[in-house]
Amino acid sequence: MTVKDFVLGKTVWRESKRQTAARPRLRSLGTGDWLAAVSGVILAFAALCALFPGWIAPYSPTSMEADRVLLPPGAAHYFGTDYFGRDIFSVVVYGARDSLLIGVASVLAGGLAGCIIGAAAGIAGGVIDLILMRFIEIVMTIPGILLALAIAAVLGPNLFNMIFAVAVSMVPGFARVFRSQIISVKGRAFITAARSIGMPAPRIFFRHVLPNAWSPVLVMATIGLGTSILTAAGLSFLGLGVVKEIPDWGTLLSQGRGYLTVAWWISTFPGIAITLLVLSGNILGDWLRDRLDPKREQR
Amino acid sequence: MKQPLLTADHLSVQYPGKNGLLDAITDISLHIRTGETVCLVGESGSGKTIAAKTFMRLIDYERGRIAAGHVQFADQDLVRLTDKELRRLRGRKIAMVFQEPMTAFDPIFTIGSQLIETILRHQRVTRQEAWRRSVDLLRRVGLSEPEARMHQYPGELSGGMLQRAMIAMALSCSPDLLIADEPTTALDMTIQAQILQLLKELQREYGMAMLLITHDLVIAAEAADRIVVMYAGRIAEQAETQDLFREPYHPYTKGLLQSITAPDSMRKSKLYSIEGSIPGLHDMPSGCRFHPRCPHAVERCRSEVPELTGLNGRLVACWRAEELRHSGNVQARPAVIEAEPMTSERKETLIEAVGLSKWYPLKRGTGGKERFIRAVDDVSLAIRAGETFGLVGESGSGKSTLGRVILQLERATKGEVYFRGEPLTQLSGARLRNMRRHMQMVFQDAGSSMNPRWKAGDIIGEPLDVHESLSRKERKARIEELLQIVGLSPDMADRYPHQFSGGQRQRLGIARAIALNPAFLLLDEPVSALDVSVQAQIVNLLLDIQERMGLTYLFIGHGLHVVRHLSDRIGVMYLGQLVEVADSAELFLHPAHHYTRALIASIPHPDPAGRGTARVIEGEVPSPAAPPSGCRFHPRCPAATERCKLEAPELQEIGPGHYAACHFPA
Repeated sequence: MTVKDFVLGKTVWRESKRQTAARPRLRSLGTGDWLAAVSGVILAFAALCALFPGWIAPYSPTSMEADRVLLPPGAAHYFGTDYFGRDIFSVVVYGARDSLLIGVASVLAGGLAGCIIGAAAGIAGGVIDLILMRFIEIVMTIPGILLALAIAAVLGPNLFNMIFAVAVSMVPGFARVFRSQIISVKGRAFITAARSIGMPAPRIFFRHVLPNAWSPVLVMATIGLGTSILTAAGLSFLGLGVVKEIPDWGTLLSQGRGYLTVAWWISTFPGIAITLLVLSGNILGDWLRDRLDPKREQR
Repeated sequence: MKQPLLTADHLSVQYPGKNGLLDAITDISLHIRTGETVCLVGESGSGKTIAAKTFMRLIDYERGRIAAGHVQFADQDLVRLTDKELRRLRGRKIAMVFQEPMTAFDPIFTIGSQLIETILRHQRVTRQEAWRRSVDLLRRVGLSEPEARMHQYPGELSGGMLQRAMIAMALSCSPDLLIADEPTTALDMTIQAQILQLLKELQREYGMAMLLITHDLVIAAEAADRIVVMYAGRIAEQAETQDLFREPYHPYTKGLLQSITAPDSMRKSKLYSIEGSIPGLHDMPSGCRFHPRCPHAVERCRSEVPELTGLNGRLVACWRAEELRHSGNVQARPAVIEAEPMTSERKETLIEAVGLSKWYPLKRGTGGKERFIRAVDDVSLAIRAGETFGLVGESGSGKSTLGRVILQLERATKGEVYFRGEPLTQLSGARLRNMRRHMQMVFQDAGSSMNPRWKAGDIIGEPLDVHESLSRKERKARIEELLQIVGLSPDMADRYPHQFSGGQRQRLGIARAIALNPAFLLLDEPVSALDVSVQAQIVNLLLDIQERMGLTYLFIGHGLHVVRHLSDRIGVMYLGQLVEVADSAELFLHPAHHYTRALIASIPHPDPAGRGTARVIEGEVPSPAAPPSGCRFHPRCPAATERCKLEAPELQEIGPGHYAACHFPA
């Protein structure tokens, strides 16, 4: 009787445990999830603006209405008009393309270069690490905007050079973060375990080190998106931006600076657009990082 | 009978979890009288630390909440005290000693300033008076040169010294109750014995009550007047120490007592183990929380919670305590290690290390000459095919480094390692990687040795992917087979490492190590991080696998009994050198080196009758960066002479198969 009861006891308990485990977890969506959803919508909208501005903008960004100069925001012009009588909302929508392009392309280029340098330094260690990192530190002593300014000034103002200039200014940050990340993962016991089973070094790197090292870089990239848009804006403001009919958000921001006291809306709305984009990127990046951590999945 | 100093009455504490409140401890009732030592024994997750923190209301800082019950300290109701009243109580009336002395001190202030601050906070004395008192305290807890220690920062002291300083701090206001939370767990064996003895002396001297929290019944046997056994947040049993060890009532206590590796266990026999693992806070079993692991559980245990009830002057929470009282008890006998016949047949040597050294360079000071930490210094040993070679030593002895250098996970500074006659130290690249399939490793912390993003099946399958080209189906079949060998169910292959319990993760680690049918396994403290009731399971599994696969083990451990149980031969390391090698039984019966003798003597006895027999060895392990001259043990050795200071002894044969590096072997 005892044996049977005992066996029964165990099975019943296991059974009930299994049921609780299989029950769908009705975890209410947390604040983080809502924020991430809103951020996703904002980013998607920005992308839509960049791809198909004609669908969204009510006016042409280049049409100047002499009788509608410096109108405050209203029903006809959501964001108001500027000194030339352009509809600011439309300009912001059309400007999304260049802003996003500069942001995404420079983060991709700068991030990739930075990660390669950081990974090389972190893996090789020793003299190579020393040389690469001292070089990176030298680059870091020059403020990002100044570096980008110098590059843009030397190469001349066009879109590609601007992306290049902003990308170079982003390299040191990525290199340093990725290097320290690689070094910390390299020292963990599961890397020793992989070596102890005779796994070749390149395979260890791609299968174990990289997947455990890249999430801070992902977060950095989303933050970098905003920084690079701002850097680009700075370049435009100093006259080294791309001279075009349709200004990007940074250019628009600086164009409005002179009218800040009479027409606050010219600078404010592109500023809000930049802020929203940066913020959305950060929130989504944080949320993604949490999602990418297997330990956070259920607890 | 004296009025109890501290009384907890049906105390329950809850912590907010993701899905509502979690019961950390439930219905805890206990009392401590002045001058009494009560030991709270339990494995991880039993709630013993939370209970202790509740007595100081430290749970307030962790969002913990007293859900029910009372705690009475002297004439104060601890549950109702305001923050201000609590601050006056903490440190002055109730003091606590923590497990990790390294982290319990603020690293940026000197020991002296932290001690003085504590004294000034609670007592109206001048700074000079506080200073004088601090120095006295440091001297009392056995720190040499107390004035100099006052000016030192925590980072400059060793773990044992810091724990002494921590105790001094706890004693600074002569508390009525001292709570010591695993005070010796993070320390080395020889230091553990010192600290335990110090605590007992001080308790007598100050007439304090002491609540000692530990996972180790052996320590409880050594120190406690009364033992409270906790399991999964509830009290399972409470009894006087003598009674508990003579006749445990609760099946859990019985199991715990039996899982202790006795000093005279039949070598390589199966150890008693409690099946399964400790439940987590979020999935507590119904009824008696021990029932899923209990061999005596009946229907009632599953549905009804047993109350803590009196039985023969003890308290036990078990429905069947009365009828089970006399079943399954082990009688305490005097420990006798039997001499074993010498293994006459000399098996072939599988691994041989010759003059192996591993030195780590230290940062060079300006103008100084290059210095090294000599983690392993000129070690030679041979491991025979099919045997288990045990390696013991305290932290800093270089035992783990030696293991890694043998496996070529770190390159030797000097010396050679041969595997089946092949010089491993000269192999590199693909040839070395190819050799690795014959030598695998099991890690101390199985969890960190696995990529957290991988599923269990892939972790086990990884060695197969590297060395063998199996089809998908063959690979899956092999993984399932391996899981079964180590006692896990095949459907666990899809889980992530963090979803396993500690013991199960170690099983996974073993499955990965044996995936390629290796000849040699390096076991680097594979059970040290596990709970007592789970340790025996893993030891049994290792024995089982060795027999089945004809493996050779290098077992590194610090629990001497476990090492003895598993090993055919044992090597003792001290400061990077092998000081003694002998057959397992021989080493325990006739230890020749004085360090080995000290190690064996420092083991507390798992029987309160043998209390106080543990002898304490003086001093601390010196830094391997500046080892003492001559015999490295001479500053701590009772038999040291002038010769030991000058001349380093060689490892020489003093009996058949018994080697010792000592000028005056005992």
